[in-house]
Amino acid sequence: MEDEYEGGVVKKFLYVNRRAPHGTVYALESLETVLIGAAFDQDVSVLFIDDGVFQLKKQQQPEGIEVKNFSKTFRALEMYDVEQLFVESESLAERGLSEDDLLVDVELVSRASVHELVDQQDVILSF
Amino acid sequence: MKIAVLVNEGPYQHQASDSAYHFVAAALDAGHEVSRVFFYHDGVNNGSRLTTPPQDDRHIQKRWSALAEEKSVDLVLCVAACQRRGLVDEGERERNGKDASNIAEGFRISGLGQLLEAGIEADRLVTFGD
Repeated sequence: MEDEYEGGVVKKFLYVNRRAPHGTVYALESLETVLIGAAFDQDVSVLFIDDGVFQLKKQQQPEGIEVKNFSKTFRALEMYDVEQLFVESESLAERGLSEDDLLVDVELVSRASVHELVDQQDVILSF
Repeated sequence: MKIAVLVNEGPYQHQASDSAYHFVAAALDAGHEVSRVFFYHDGVNNGSRLTTPPQDDRHIQKRWSALAEEKSVDLVLCVAACQRRGLVDEGERERNGKDASNIAEGFRISGLGQLLEAGIEADRLVTFGD
């Protein structure tokens, strides 16, 4: 790892994924940041909100538009010690989705309580 | 205060890099330290030295480069984002067998770890983009 960090500081990082997995590159490049960030041994949470909930949708088939299917990588986050995955329940419901439609186990948070999650963080990266 | 900045959008297309520049300049004028500006997504296009805007327009890349030279601000372009978008420094040119490089003075290409490190070490990480 070229960027091994040995400063000893542990901060609470929250990645906020707000966009659909395809259509723009934000979702993929957000995931790359989460994976690289895992090497820094920080306290990491990921929140999926708005169209970002589609990133976790099962059975994605983006091969038809010739882009990489990176959705399976979300299943591997556990191996990177990224285990705190939050989904805003209203975002899910508004899109006709439920927890059963998602690739990974998540913790649902209500729209009214998202701010509590945000308030706890030191660093927020929103993509 | 020690401030790090993240720029997520390209120049001219989006106001984010203008706003980021003005923010950084104002923060420095106010006596704050700006430890790093990290460019991600299309933001890496801020660092192309081939940028040639019309003469009556602001030169976003040169503005950044001047900030690096005069105020020693660390301008870092994400390597993965650069590779996708054709932003190449000499090292990358050689490694990937390209026929040219196009990184502007004052910018350097490095890994996403530089963003994480900036977030850990700064008092505030300020993001510019949608």
